[in-house]
Amino acid sequence: MSDLDELYQTLILEHNRRPRNFRQIEQPTAEVEGRNPMCGDTFKIWIRVDGDRIADVSFLGQGCAISKASASMMTTAIKGKTVEEARALFTRFQQVVTGRREAAEAGLNQAREVVGCLSAFAGVAAFPVRVKCATLAWHAMRTALDSSVPTP
Amino acid sequence: MPVATATAAQSSTGPNASRWPIESVRAEFPILTRSINGQPLVYLDNASTTQKPLKVLDALNEFYVHGAANVHRGVHTLSQEASAAYEAVRQRAADFLGAESSDEIVFTAGTTAGLNLVAGSYGGLVLGPGDEVLVSVLEHHSNLVPWHVAATRAGAVVRGIGLTSSHELDLDELRRTISKRTKIVAIGHASNVVGTINPVREIAGIAHAAGAVLVVDGAQSAPHLPIDVRTLGCDFFVCSPHKMYGPMGVGLLFGKAALLERMPPFMGGGGMIERVGVASSTYTRPPARFEAGTPPVGEIIGLGAAIEYLAGQNRLDALAYELELSETAIARLEELRGVAVAPAGADRLPVVSFTVEAIHPHDVGTVLDRFGVAVRVGHHCAQPLMEHLGVPATVRASFAPYNTMEEVDRLIAGVREAQRVFGA
Repeated sequence: MSDLDELYQTLILEHNRRPRNFRQIEQPTAEVEGRNPMCGDTFKIWIRVDGDRIADVSFLGQGCAISKASASMMTTAIKGKTVEEARALFTRFQQVVTGRREAAEAGLNQAREVVGCLSAFAGVAAFPVRVKCATLAWHAMRTALDSSVPTP
Repeated sequence: MPVATATAAQSSTGPNASRWPIESVRAEFPILTRSINGQPLVYLDNASTTQKPLKVLDALNEFYVHGAANVHRGVHTLSQEASAAYEAVRQRAADFLGAESSDEIVFTAGTTAGLNLVAGSYGGLVLGPGDEVLVSVLEHHSNLVPWHVAATRAGAVVRGIGLTSSHELDLDELRRTISKRTKIVAIGHASNVVGTINPVREIAGIAHAAGAVLVVDGAQSAPHLPIDVRTLGCDFFVCSPHKMYGPMGVGLLFGKAALLERMPPFMGGGGMIERVGVASSTYTRPPARFEAGTPPVGEIIGLGAAIEYLAGQNRLDALAYELELSETAIARLEELRGVAVAPAGADRLPVVSFTVEAIHPHDVGTVLDRFGVAVRVGHHCAQPLMEHLGVPATVRASFAPYNTMEEVDRLIAGVREAQRVFGA
């Protein structure tokens, strides 16, 4: 597989074409806009935290295939998770997209059962300039979590 | 000013392509032999910065190897040589832009720095509460934000002129909008996104009739069009030598002598004073008044070499050749299913913006890069124009006289490859 085909895996292209949770949810506990001023990509993330669990999460906005698919897959990955699990997942995800596979693998293998296919973004590591695309929605999500559930 | 236009070439050897000495032009630019991701580099990001010919690289090297010294500060031989070379470039730049005197040429750090200087110094001098600065929706952010800053400080307002249905700057709207409160009109000579060339001479007439000065952002035009500030009738003209085959980090500002004389310094420091006390200082005359601190002497000497390089070209032939490339690219992009070329006015530079249906420009850019084709993707620091065009971003291919028809082929093949990867 060429690195282009690895970057633009079928799963990523599919989420780009048909993003999940691409809507605005009712009664969010936080809404955060994630912006990349360098390229103009903009996503808005809505999140509803119920107790320590993410009851619902959604997004709208525009950006490249990597940022849009990442936002979509993030929403499916963290919905129903606890806030702490979601934060931990972001850390793993950052390791995946920056090529620190070994550090990430233990965590991701563990997480894969519940998370699915975030490792599809491992191809991003070969395109360092696109890491910010893959993590844009995640950063916004973390900010939304922080304002929903202040860290102790 | 007269602008050469070329019609779309039907084959890869149009009337200009066959005349242009492409092999010897390319031989001047060592970087063009580089491979990118295993493919020969196709450099189509010239509106962002051009590559540098050997002549410029040699001048930079010669200064740092044999001539490095500060200017206007020493009695030693090296400093005198550096000062003489530095001032010789000022004269060469004055001739290049058609200024009446080298006193009208200020060395800056680039177009952005030049526009900030004019907005900060001249804007600070003339703008008051309720006054207006007129700009257009075609502007690069560097011809918007400095005016926003200056207007906020003064309690003034920045207003934008739109485009006509034929994608030209709407001069009727300019005539309707301009008033006695308009102190400054700041317009790009040409769009960095779609290449539209604005009728600067006519705009100068409108501005002057209303008592305003005209500031021209020439970052895009100076690399392609012969510039004569007297013919253009502008009061200020700024450009970026790094887009004109010269080094990064230097810029040119032309300002009419009478205006520069009235303007306060923008930055204070060494080299721009007459007399300094602890509590106050007096400033020297322009242009030195606007050149505080140690300038990038080597880069300015490199700029001199870039001007020499441009002067050695038949610039109208170069433009006709570049336009043949860009017009061919436009025609071939428009043949591709799902590709939309952003509209521009009739007179334009060899700059092409386009979008590909269902594929974000960043993704097109990433695929092109994998095939060695360097383009710019994004909003191009022109968000008002993106809004006008109704797209968040575009892919931009911008041409230089060292590009070839084969490279147009590579661009088209790369776009088709993006469509394959995305199943579009």
